[in-house]
Amino acid sequence: MPPEIEAQMNAKYGLDDPLHIQYFDYLKDVAQWDFGPSLKLTGQSVNDIINRSFEYSLLLGLESIFLALAFGILLGVIAALRHNSGVDYTAMVIAVLGISVPNFILAAVLQYFFAMKLQLLPVAGFDSFAHTLLPAIALATTPMAFIARLMRSSMLDVLSSDYIKTAKAKGLNERVVTYRHALRNAIMPVVSYLGPLVVAILTGSFVIEEIFNIPGLGAEFVNSVTNRDYTVIMGTTVFFSALLLVSILLVDLLYTLIDPRIKFGKEGGKS
Amino acid sequence: MKKVLEVKDLNVFFDTYKAEVQAVRGVSFDVHEKETLAIVGESGSGKSVTSQSIMKLIPMPPGKFAGGSIKFNGEELLDKSEKQMEDIRGKEISMIFQDPMTSLNPTMTVGKQIAESLIKHQNMSKSQARKRGLELLELVGIPNPDARIDQYPHEYSGGMRQRAMIAIALACNPKLLIADEPTTALDVTIQAQILDLMRDLQDKVNTSIILITHDLGVVANAAHRVAVMYGGKIVETGTVDEIFYNPTHPYTWGLLGSMPDLDRDGEEELQAIPGTPPDLSDPPKGCPFAARCPYAMKVCENHMPDYFELSDTQKSACWLLDERSPKVEPPESAKVGGSKRDEE
Repeated sequence: MPPEIEAQMNAKYGLDDPLHIQYFDYLKDVAQWDFGPSLKLTGQSVNDIINRSFEYSLLLGLESIFLALAFGILLGVIAALRHNSGVDYTAMVIAVLGISVPNFILAAVLQYFFAMKLQLLPVAGFDSFAHTLLPAIALATTPMAFIARLMRSSMLDVLSSDYIKTAKAKGLNERVVTYRHALRNAIMPVVSYLGPLVVAILTGSFVIEEIFNIPGLGAEFVNSVTNRDYTVIMGTTVFFSALLLVSILLVDLLYTLIDPRIKFGKEGGKS
Repeated sequence: MKKVLEVKDLNVFFDTYKAEVQAVRGVSFDVHEKETLAIVGESGSGKSVTSQSIMKLIPMPPGKFAGGSIKFNGEELLDKSEKQMEDIRGKEISMIFQDPMTSLNPTMTVGKQIAESLIKHQNMSKSQARKRGLELLELVGIPNPDARIDQYPHEYSGGMRQRAMIAIALACNPKLLIADEPTTALDVTIQAQILDLMRDLQDKVNTSIILITHDLGVVANAAHRVAVMYGGKIVETGTVDEIFYNPTHPYTWGLLGSMPDLDRDGEEELQAIPGTPPDLSDPPKGCPFAARCPYAMKVCENHMPDYFELSDTQKSACWLLDERSPKVEPPESAKVGGSKRDEE
């Protein structure tokens, strides 16, 4: 590389500034939500990459979270209501399997049966709703199993508590007692798990995105690492961290909606 | 007086991994209209199981009814389906639990918790139920009910929560109120208030009360009749006066003796009943109290005595009352503030 061009490059990217100046420049840009250009993909900025790919990850993530919550809570509640019965044991066997089978193995198994053998769903790609099903299921299974176990144990706790007895003593039937009295009190541990779960699903999707050939942010992140595309690595990492902070904040806000004992500000603390 | 509740030869067992626990063994008692029956006994004597059996709130399995009968207003409760029981619970029979800190749902306003049974049993609309809820809170002595009704249980003090529980229990004017140690978790001044409140309300709404407690002070204060339970059986029953001034069962003597008395000489030590209650998964053949009874005879170990009728109201299951037994005087410690006859 001719020295003139190198000098020009250094000037353009600010590489001849001292390190701490470079660092503060980067921070300033990040604060304005500008992650700079990609070092490998010419003409694309990190923001472009995130904007382009995040919607896929978001869609896939939300679908998985929805599946995980819906089936996890259902399974946990049923297991708790029919404690120590066949239903309970079946639900917990499913949960243990869900936790122990890694999602990339499940993904391959799903692809083999539903796409290749039964020809019901597309193997890969991300063009229609049918395309989203297999990756979403593969991604949702482990968190679903976790949620089922969390829900079961906290539901068992709540069902043996005094206020459930009070509710039953009022003559309410089992369904009303479960919905109105038990569920809301039992769901707290699941809500706590929701914050880290959102991020785990959004970031953890890169294996699944690779397997199903989905152009999501996870796939871009993996690519940037193999390409040594430093600005993209930095950008996506900062983006994921911001996401984690936001989702944990949302979970904290959600607490106050569910449990009236948790309040912000000076009002709290009195009993 | 009319009988509201008739319990006959009730047996309630629990299946556990180790063995079958015979928590309640042949308990019989009646509750009359507007009467307060106190069931006293130590932990594990079967008081709470008996009371929850009346509501059929025993989890089944592991619990099961092994015979007997519970008649409420002449109707057999043990034959009723779960659906029929739902119409009785909260409407005809209500219950107050021991710990007001945990017996209210923390995520629901007190008003809604009161309204629930009104909406269920009296077909009230939400606004009617709220109005009645305000009346009930007023009735149980909660100040400023307009503001309090929309508050959550954690914004109430312990005594207020128990008042709210009473409001819930009395919402539908039940014929029978079962209070399972309603004052145990409260401090003494609040205890007295809650007992006064229950007595007041009993006159106002004409309800009968089963008061479960291990506090004889509470019994003296609030009950008309007393049933003393031990080892899953009722060992002695009688009016309050009979139980306090003419107790005949050594376990009753022990209970009375272990009650602190301010008038008593300071030198005197508080009496305890030595030993521990029997293991109900392998209940003793004879009298359950025989192993701890200072007056136990040979016959006590192998044969459960029948009830000896001492008056129309007092019955006691103790071999000491048999004419063949030696005469035993109750110990000094079992005498309550001297004899009542002296005062009169």
